[in-house]
Amino acid sequence: MSEAFPGPHAGPVTGHVPVLRLGEVLLVTLQGDLHDSTAQQLQQDLAETISRSGATGVIIDISGVEIVDSFLGRVLAEIAGQTELLAARTVLVGMRPAVAITLVELGLTLPGVHTALSTEVALDLLTRHAPSSHFGGLRQESP
Amino acid sequence: MPEQAEGTAGSPTNEVRDFLRRRREQIAQRWADEPLFRAVFTVSRDEAVEAGKAVVDALAQVADAARVEDPDAAGFTSVREQLARMGAARSRAGLSTAQVSSELAALRQPVENLLVADLPDASAEHARDCVTTLSVLMGTLRVVVMQTALSEGQALIDRQRLQLLEVATPVIKLWDGIVAVPLIGTLDSARSQVVMETLLESIVEQQARYAILDITGVPTVDSLVAQHLMKTVAAARLMGAECIVSGIRPAIAQTMVHLGLDLGTVVTRASLADALGYVLHQLGVGIVNPVANGPVTR
Amino acid sequence: MHTAAGAQARLPIRSDMDLVWVRQHVRQAAAQIGFGLVDQTKLVTAASELARNTLVYGGGGTMETEPLAEGGTRGLRLTFSDEGPGIADLEQALSDGFTSGGGLGMGLGGARRLVHEFAIESNPGAGTTVRVTSWVGRAPRPREEI
Repeated sequence: MSEAFPGPHAGPVTGHVPVLRLGEVLLVTLQGDLHDSTAQQLQQDLAETISRSGATGVIIDISGVEIVDSFLGRVLAEIAGQTELLAARTVLVGMRPAVAITLVELGLTLPGVHTALSTEVALDLLTRHAPSSHFGGLRQESP
Repeated sequence: MPEQAEGTAGSPTNEVRDFLRRRREQIAQRWADEPLFRAVFTVSRDEAVEAGKAVVDALAQVADAARVEDPDAAGFTSVREQLARMGAARSRAGLSTAQVSSELAALRQPVENLLVADLPDASAEHARDCVTTLSVLMGTLRVVVMQTALSEGQALIDRQRLQLLEVATPVIKLWDGIVAVPLIGTLDSARSQVVMETLLESIVEQQARYAILDITGVPTVDSLVAQHLMKTVAAARLMGAECIVSGIRPAIAQTMVHLGLDLGTVVTRASLADALGYVLHQLGVGIVNPVANGPVTR
Repeated sequence: MHTAAGAQARLPIRSDMDLVWVRQHVRQAAAQIGFGLVDQTKLVTAASELARNTLVYGGGGTMETEPLAEGGTRGLRLTFSDEGPGIADLEQALSDGFTSGGGLGMGLGGARRLVHEFAIESNPGAGTTVRVTSWVGRAPRPREEI
């Protein structure tokens, strides 16, 4: 039967997405249907916040995101690439199965973007290990 | 329409159409008392009347298009779903197809009575033509319902097929944070989709950082199957889990090499046990083998 | 009366904001018709890709949604039309990695992989129409067929 998301009308998100700071790590929680300009704004905000704060990690929680199209996919990939340049690393957290299947079908596998199942796992790994070490829960496909 | 006197309208089809539009309320009211509507719309009589009106509107539209004999007439589109629900509800209540059909047939008489009462001044021939047209139209309505009932049956078969697929794809929790799917039988597109969805869902449920796809029971791996495996692995990675493919039998490995199939960066292991060993090692869990007196993880 | 007819609509695609409405509308229509969660997501994503194409390359246009029923199978058809410059080389535009601006070049080709049926009509100077259809409960197309 038909399934619907619990909150399909969580209105479109516009403007700034709040960036939370947890020690060395920045936490961003994306939710609902993201406006293109909001995603681009976030990309800009993150770059500035990282260089200002010297954060070593960024966690982007997308468990509340119902769709990731190639536009948002590209923004996320660019955020990851850009944080890498600023000597920090980005972990994408909580992608929904339906979103993951769709992205793969779309041809966007986001190589080079780290992923984790939950914020806890991501936080644990980002804070416990040096950015260069290899550990189980963080996935990065070799290019 | 010019020169159209009351009771002696143009063609019988137009006459029936005008009659349906004129008597919409009364027809719906009478239908609401018929077993079919009464049994389906149990919440309120108003609901039955509303449903009846929708059917009358559809019939009028079909008559307007002069397609009283055509069960595919566009006019039926708007009520097809409602009719399917009605037919399905009666089937579920245990009625045979023939019984549903006769309940439908019973809808004709009240309408016909109203029509005859509306044609006191018409010639016998015209009245008969109108009644015949109405009968044909009601017959077509019956065909529409039976058609949808049959396709409902097909939908049921499809649903059961899908359920069977799900049953045939168990996800097993091997360890904290490790799930496995033993795949058995041929992997076609439909099955692969179910496998992928079930596995990914269980990754979320179990918060499993590792998932093992065991293909020991898959008879052949062609490019399509390989592609499905790669997609599943890629989707799992996007979610933050690593997928390991195990159970690639020597014969299959040979075929894959012949076909030039490459699983790319996917981690593969010969057996499910090897895959589990690899994952446990990754998680930092060691198992001491009392016989060999050493860790068996690799 | 409550039927799938409620899913029939025509939406403008004139701004970024409209993309959000397009996605929400397609999501609702697909859920109402009975698409499962994964298929809803695929369809909404395809709609998002195509609507963005309409906006960015076609200079804006419309999307029409139309619920379908064929032999007991229900479906949803989306038609994106613009009156923009059109596409000169369709083959190239459909191939992965091709892009004439912005995205990762997944727009058309990617959207095609997310739906069951895909048709495109475009002439230089005469606009572009993309029509996609998906059916409830049908297995996705294997990539080879595309």
